[in-house]
Amino acid sequence: MNLIRISKRDDLPKKKEIVIRILAILLSILFSGVIIMMFGLNPAEIFRSIIEGAVGTPTRIRQTILTAVPLTITSLGIIVAFKMKFWNIGAEGQITMGALGATVIALFLPESVPAPLKLLLMLLASMLFGGVWAFIPAIFKAKMGTNETIFTLMLNYIAIKFVTYLQYGPWKDPNSGGFPRIAYYPDNALLPSLFGVHIGWIIAIICVAFVYLFINYTKKGYEITVVGESLETARYAGMNISQIIVTAMFISGGMCGVVGMIQAAGIEKTLVAPIANNYGFTAIITAWLSRLNAVACLFVCIAFAMLTQGGAYIQIALGVPSAVASVVQGTVLFFVLGSEFFLQYRVSLARRAAQAKKEVA
Amino acid sequence: MESFLAACIVAGTPLLFATVGEIITERAGCMNLGVEGMMLMGAVMGFVGALSTANPWIAVLCAVLAGTAGALIYAVLTVSLRANQVVTGLTLTIFGTGFASFVGQPMLGNMAPQEVIAFFAKTPIPGLSSIPVIGPIFFKQDVFVYFGYLVFILAAVYIYKTRMGLNLRAVGENTAAADASGININLYKYVHILVGGALCGLGGAYLSLVRVPIWQSDVVSGRGWIAVALVIFASWNPVKAFFGAVLFGGLSILGLRLQAMGFNVSQYLVDMIPYVATILIVIISTRKKSKESQPPGDLGNSYFREDR
Repeated sequence: MNLIRISKRDDLPKKKEIVIRILAILLSILFSGVIIMMFGLNPAEIFRSIIEGAVGTPTRIRQTILTAVPLTITSLGIIVAFKMKFWNIGAEGQITMGALGATVIALFLPESVPAPLKLLLMLLASMLFGGVWAFIPAIFKAKMGTNETIFTLMLNYIAIKFVTYLQYGPWKDPNSGGFPRIAYYPDNALLPSLFGVHIGWIIAIICVAFVYLFINYTKKGYEITVVGESLETARYAGMNISQIIVTAMFISGGMCGVVGMIQAAGIEKTLVAPIANNYGFTAIITAWLSRLNAVACLFVCIAFAMLTQGGAYIQIALGVPSAVASVVQGTVLFFVLGSEFFLQYRVSLARRAAQAKKEVA
Repeated sequence: MESFLAACIVAGTPLLFATVGEIITERAGCMNLGVEGMMLMGAVMGFVGALSTANPWIAVLCAVLAGTAGALIYAVLTVSLRANQVVTGLTLTIFGTGFASFVGQPMLGNMAPQEVIAFFAKTPIPGLSSIPVIGPIFFKQDVFVYFGYLVFILAAVYIYKTRMGLNLRAVGENTAAADASGININLYKYVHILVGGALCGLGGAYLSLVRVPIWQSDVVSGRGWIAVALVIFASWNPVKAFFGAVLFGGLSILGLRLQAMGFNVSQYLVDMIPYVATILIVIISTRKKSKESQPPGDLGNSYFREDR
């Protein structure tokens, strides 16, 4: 029964920690390979094609960056919430509402408004809409202790259904020939490009710097971390917990809202119901994989964007379902979650442990 | 009206399986947010089983095994490796969604074999179905629905009336105390997480094999999450879960009914009702402070004996 002994580790050398992490990722790739093989496919070929599809040509690299941008910003928003142990899984809805906010400005402000001003207003509107969508569950959590997981998740569906309603109902473009879509943005509401990619990538880098500085070097950021670590400590230190929760969630949702604006004004050129495109869920994985570190998050998101783009490529090139990418993504996180155990606990065979004890004696 | 109530039960059945499954899991102190993923795994594997064997029993067995396999991943990670329950559950949902669309891609739009559809056709129970009002609502259903009645009643008896059920509640309520009293904590957690997963798989199979027996990758579309909320609504009681599931099943078909009756409402706005209602329930149940409506005391906590 007690062949295996488990005890808490006091300290772990940095080197060993890195080894365990790399091992976990390698194992997860190996394991995904086995899954792929079980479906009669050649894993080596699949992985090679995924990389080829992600970075094989300049166009593909651009596509990968276009995927990394929304993923990074969403993950950063989620990091702010998760630091506080506020399980915001409502990023999908916050992105959708952000896109809605941007669309209100883009479509209903007169065409004569200069582009920079219009884009700035769209940015602010998307932050406001996304922020408010996260503020609602936050205020209930802060004041009544309502479960935020389900609340934020349900708001996803409500946001998406609402946009669907607009798309098929009052906002349906009369010039679309009966096709249920919202009118395209005018030219002065589209994101300009820099180096062949829309300026969303600059926004993403700014967001990385912002979240890094905010969490590590500001009082509010510190308070968020304390609330996440221990509510008791926060209360004892006299922090205003409700206010911290609400502010952090407004920031979290606001960042996700910006993603909505970037996707609407940079990719879709209008508002569509599936604008969030599951980024809100994938970002949960990337946020956790980066251990809620803003800088690490950038690299994890680039890796995940490569997986996603590569997945789309193998669907076209090899006829393999692109969902293979999300299976691999899920598997990677499973292994990393499992590996955290070995960072915190020491596992040894009981006999050897007993022997060690004898030797000490 | 009778036909509407009968339809509510049909719509509520997948929710019932998933909700009872999650209740059993949470009673062991484990909050598995992977319900949606396990339902999808069950739905897709059940459909694969049906397509390849045309045998309803094997189809259902495949669904059960798929749900259990998903739950096993969760159990290994959260019980043995003490990973964070929230994140692990979310990952299971993401994994299950990807798994279902990956496995299901080649069968998109395929229909379940006639043998399977015929097996799950409405089969009135002789005698019971001729009771006025109650008969047509409850006993003119398919076998899956009858199994659902059995499951929630058995789950309630198990949790409240048996020794093992008492132990289970102890594990969820205060793991350390249960451990001290000699209950095998890990065994209880594993078994109940797996049973919960099996039931979620069944709920998924109901959607892909009975409700609309054509494969589509968004069969579950958030029902797993509604089930997670229904657990709170039902305050961890399988009997209340039945009423909650039927109520929510009803809300989900209300839009089509209203349109059929000639009301001019947007389907998309009516579609929001179950989600809005779920939020209201979560808010109301946090306001209730009665003792029975509280979650199991150790819900969401990993347990490590040496941490006591």
